[in-house]
Amino acid sequence: MLITRRAEFSASHVCAQPALTPEQNRELYGAGANPSGHGHNYVVEVTLEGDPDPVTGMVFDLKKLKELIQQTVIEPMDHRFLNYEVPPFDRIVPTTENVAAEIWNRLCPHFGTGKPRLNNVRLYETEDLFVDYSEERQS
Amino acid sequence: MRVTRRYRFAASHRLHTEAFTEQQNRDLYGKCNNPYGHGHDYVLDVTAVGPVQRGSGQVVHIPTLDRLVSEQVLRDFDHRYLNADLGEFKSLVPTSENIMRVIEDRLTAHWSEVFPGEWPRLQGIRLRETKRNVFEMKS
Repeated sequence: MLITRRAEFSASHVCAQPALTPEQNRELYGAGANPSGHGHNYVVEVTLEGDPDPVTGMVFDLKKLKELIQQTVIEPMDHRFLNYEVPPFDRIVPTTENVAAEIWNRLCPHFGTGKPRLNNVRLYETEDLFVDYSEERQS
Repeated sequence: MRVTRRYRFAASHRLHTEAFTEQQNRDLYGKCNNPYGHGHDYVLDVTAVGPVQRGSGQVVHIPTLDRLVSEQVLRDFDHRYLNADLGEFKSLVPTSENIMRVIEDRLTAHWSEVFPGEWPRLQGIRLRETKRNVFEMKS
């Protein structure tokens, strides 16, 4: 069974690689490369997979999941400029893909290989663009 | 990792097959068989899959995907009567299932022209005809 908890944060970022020229960055990232940055209302959906506990009837305590997301993702990232304030985005480009992978990496150590386990992280940058990062990693 | 981009088009259609009688068409398709057709605001989700490219931090170059979908789908589908305006539906009932197949065929036919490498690949598409009718297929 899958359970999903949703959370939101607002953050700014700029997508550009220092090694590229401004023209190359614009070609690759479009308006996302504008040097002073811009922001989004990100929506993150964290999905766990497991079996309901026979006593509690729950796959995982959603209150705990809410707190975990709050501590590991929302508090560090909400109302921040990701490139300047949230490592590792001082070193890697905070594309939606990389932010989703970072959220996965922050949540994953809190779950074992058994159940419940982290099944998927979906990150919406806008209503029209989202990424899914799951156990398959490469797919 | 999977990246999903959402597109929209408004189009009209009529569900009717020459294989059946008028009465059979009415029985099967109901009001979707009304003679002058009707329309929807379709929502099309296109999902690409692949590894995050080191450096760019991207799975897929979104402007390239936008151009492909715009040229192969939106330009022909948006604000059109599908039955009359698209060659594919001269002999194919424009149900959402068939619309998806046509869209998938068009994207697949031109995918390697714009994405010549091993990745990203087209993972699948999802078509929302109305809020209550959603269709999905894997490539």
